[in-house]
Amino acid sequence: MDLNARIPDGPIEKKWEKHKFESKLVNPANKRKYRVIMVGSGLAGGAGAASLAELGYNVDCFCYQDSPRRAHSIAAQGGINAAKNYRNDGDSVYRLFYDTVKGGDFRAREANVYRLAEVSADIIDQCVANGVPFAREYGGLLDNRSFGGAQVSRTFYARGQTGQQLLIGAYQALERQVGLGTVKMHNRHEMLELIVVDGVARGIVTRDMVTGEIESHIADAVILSTGGYGNVFYLSTNAMGCNGTAVWRAHKKGAAFGNPCFTQIHPTCIPVTGDHQSKLTLMSESLRNDGRVWVPKKKEDCKRNPNDIKEEDRDYYLERKYPSFGNLAPRDISSRAAKQVCDEGRGVGETGLGVYLDFSDAIRRLGKAKIEEKYGNLFEMYERITDENPYETPMRIYPAVHYTMGGLWVDYNLQSTIPGLFVAGEANFSDHGANRLGASALMQGLADGYFVLPATVSNYLAGLKPGVRPAADHPEVTGTVTAVKDRIQKLLSIKGTKSPTHFHRELGKIMWEYCGMARNEAGLKKALELIPKLREEFWKDVRVVGENESLNQSLEMAARVADFLELGELMCLDALQRRESCGGHFREEFQTEDGEALRDDENFCHVAVWEYTGEGQAPVRHIEPLTFDNVHLATRSYK
Amino acid sequence: MSHKSMNLTLHVWRQKNAKCDGKFVEYKADGVSPDMSFLEMLDVVNEGLIAKGEEPIEFDHDCREGICGMCSMVINGRPHGPKERTTTCQLHMRSFKDGDSITLEPWRAEAFPVVRDLVVDRTAFDRIVAAGGFITAPAGTPQDANALPISKENADLSMDAAACIGCGACVAACPNASAMLFVSAKISHLGLLPQGQPERYIRVRDMIAQMDAEEFGTCTNHGECEAACPKGIKMENIARMNRDYIKASLTYRPATSGGGGAG
Repeated sequence: MDLNARIPDGPIEKKWEKHKFESKLVNPANKRKYRVIMVGSGLAGGAGAASLAELGYNVDCFCYQDSPRRAHSIAAQGGINAAKNYRNDGDSVYRLFYDTVKGGDFRAREANVYRLAEVSADIIDQCVANGVPFAREYGGLLDNRSFGGAQVSRTFYARGQTGQQLLIGAYQALERQVGLGTVKMHNRHEMLELIVVDGVARGIVTRDMVTGEIESHIADAVILSTGGYGNVFYLSTNAMGCNGTAVWRAHKKGAAFGNPCFTQIHPTCIPVTGDHQSKLTLMSESLRNDGRVWVPKKKEDCKRNPNDIKEEDRDYYLERKYPSFGNLAPRDISSRAAKQVCDEGRGVGETGLGVYLDFSDAIRRLGKAKIEEKYGNLFEMYERITDENPYETPMRIYPAVHYTMGGLWVDYNLQSTIPGLFVAGEANFSDHGANRLGASALMQGLADGYFVLPATVSNYLAGLKPGVRPAADHPEVTGTVTAVKDRIQKLLSIKGTKSPTHFHRELGKIMWEYCGMARNEAGLKKALELIPKLREEFWKDVRVVGENESLNQSLEMAARVADFLELGELMCLDALQRRESCGGHFREEFQTEDGEALRDDENFCHVAVWEYTGEGQAPVRHIEPLTFDNVHLATRSYK
Repeated sequence: MSHKSMNLTLHVWRQKNAKCDGKFVEYKADGVSPDMSFLEMLDVVNEGLIAKGEEPIEFDHDCREGICGMCSMVINGRPHGPKERTTTCQLHMRSFKDGDSITLEPWRAEAFPVVRDLVVDRTAFDRIVAAGGFITAPAGTPQDANALPISKENADLSMDAAACIGCGACVAACPNASAMLFVSAKISHLGLLPQGQPERYIRVRDMIAQMDAEEFGTCTNHGECEAACPKGIKMENIARMNRDYIKASLTYRPATSGGGGAG
């Protein structure tokens, strides 16, 4: 397997510039002869599709929602990082690079992270040019706030709706291209398979979710910007439709999967209330700028009204354990700390799985009006769900699955191990190592879409003869279409007794229990027994009602759950084989005396890259070694 | 937090596709917890239907946290249901009581044809944005973001309008099925910013032309749109749009050829 990351030579701060200069270009008159498929319309997909069309390529863009504006990037609340140093607080490209490598617990590729930090400032400029209404100060200049894992204020925001505003900016640029005829938008279309001809990605097979028609689409390059696979856990902060099908189908066609077990559990989500729960809602990390996290010191205080618990009886455990970062400790560390206090029996709320996020100090210091201005919409959202007023009673929060750092393996060009298949945004594995810092997902999505793909996809296309693509009746194309149709028919014909949601929920329980916030060898081995059994039961007993030829959400769900049942197994296998703790991957066997993650740089300073070897065959684990020439490999400390 | 469960009767619009006729069908929703969201209640009803081998009720939904704008249903005659500034997915069952009857319909508007059951086609909104709802600024090397100071007041007003989630409740609530609240929110978002000035008048003209082509009705100041909007978008945006539209219409000159030149 070719795992050459194709990192350009030279000093790290010159690599991207040099690489862009050395990339091949396509003659302006030839650009319209190339066709590019973009799957997904979030920050990476929307910005990428628009930017490639602006260059002159023909783009077909696909999304499963009714409009590209609905992609789940829209739900990001807190902000986007950029090394602008507008605050004069010591920020720089190098510091953002350093914080991201350290935040990822030294499991990301240095060159990719540096490029991300380098283009971050351009992203803010591009978004402002597109009309994104970022928060401003009275002087008219942009405002900033702080996020976890950083000691500078480099996060730009638009109230608690930063993701929405950035996505609308990209969506408008995309719609402009739709109006100009350079992008053809395919709403309510789901990618169900990748077409590979002679080892090269040449197209996709989709299902029209309204008519059920199975269609092939041929192109010169295919880009997957399909987001993460956190919904493998059933309950997560992802949208209901987020799924792993596109990346998993590509994986089975030969695209290697990088670090599948690296999952981010976000520390501040609204706790689960009952079995009916369909998804979890995030409360932005930005709240930890002003909110203080605590639990009672004594177990017997847990059921009391929090406002009656005296100051000296409260344990502000993040401030106690991590005095220099305090409530802004990174996500993986904050989540684990919450789990620890709940495991000790000091959790709050009816289930005992919750901790307080308290704004009373901030309200006393800044006044209610200021807090309302900063976080009003988040407080409103909390009150709607819980029926409690967070201005008066502390919020109750608990960690929940939020983001997957793992994803399809890509080289420096964002190209997967299948030539012609590129992967951008959360769908790839590249920039966040074993833990993503807050406000960095938006940065990566837009970096990939606005700046990286236009350069690297052009370089790839320049090596292809313009206008030469496989015909629609090529045996690989028709064969792939037939395989998709057969699979759908198989799902419809089982006519078992249990709904797709039943299997999804059962899988989620296994994943959360054994591959969640803390993992161990025995548990992972158990999960690796349970998942294949559940999968076998699924293919015998799933009940999909209705037909293919109309809108059928239960059929859509069944196809996604079938893929999650395979992907979940690979995640557990990866977690089992990574015998160290790093970032969001916490193996109970590998911890320091005070319960912090214990890395093993001797044996695991690498990306685990998994190759699919066929149905029923064990996947093969390859490695891409990671070297740290610029940031010194060190124990990560926020104390 | 209450724990008492409720029994409800639902009257749900079922329609196989745009070509078939639809009808109301009655379903029982028993043992509903007040802590469930409205859509979770429908999930439970649908699981019950699947168990009986019946086709579940199709409805649009995705983020389930009030921001993607995908959920869309008229609940007891009100788009997104009884609570102000709340999308259907954010509505919780504690807003109802034991024994209630609830009527569920899709958005009703000529420009939003029914796809199936409670699902409608809102691509008309995308076409209006494609006609002019943007600032032309291709990805590249724009000037520094702070080179263009924007007063906090205008940035805030622009953000108020940009908060629109494109759900279409304004259209569903309007007796004329007008899309003017949606269109004017985009006009305000971009027109209040200095970056949006060069295309300000072309934008309003092109977006309104597309809005008319999609057969949305016109505004006659009922104000139902503002009342139904889950994001609190205000009718003052419509006033702002009308002012811009009049100015754009009065100063309109057909484009002259700008091609050629030295070379």
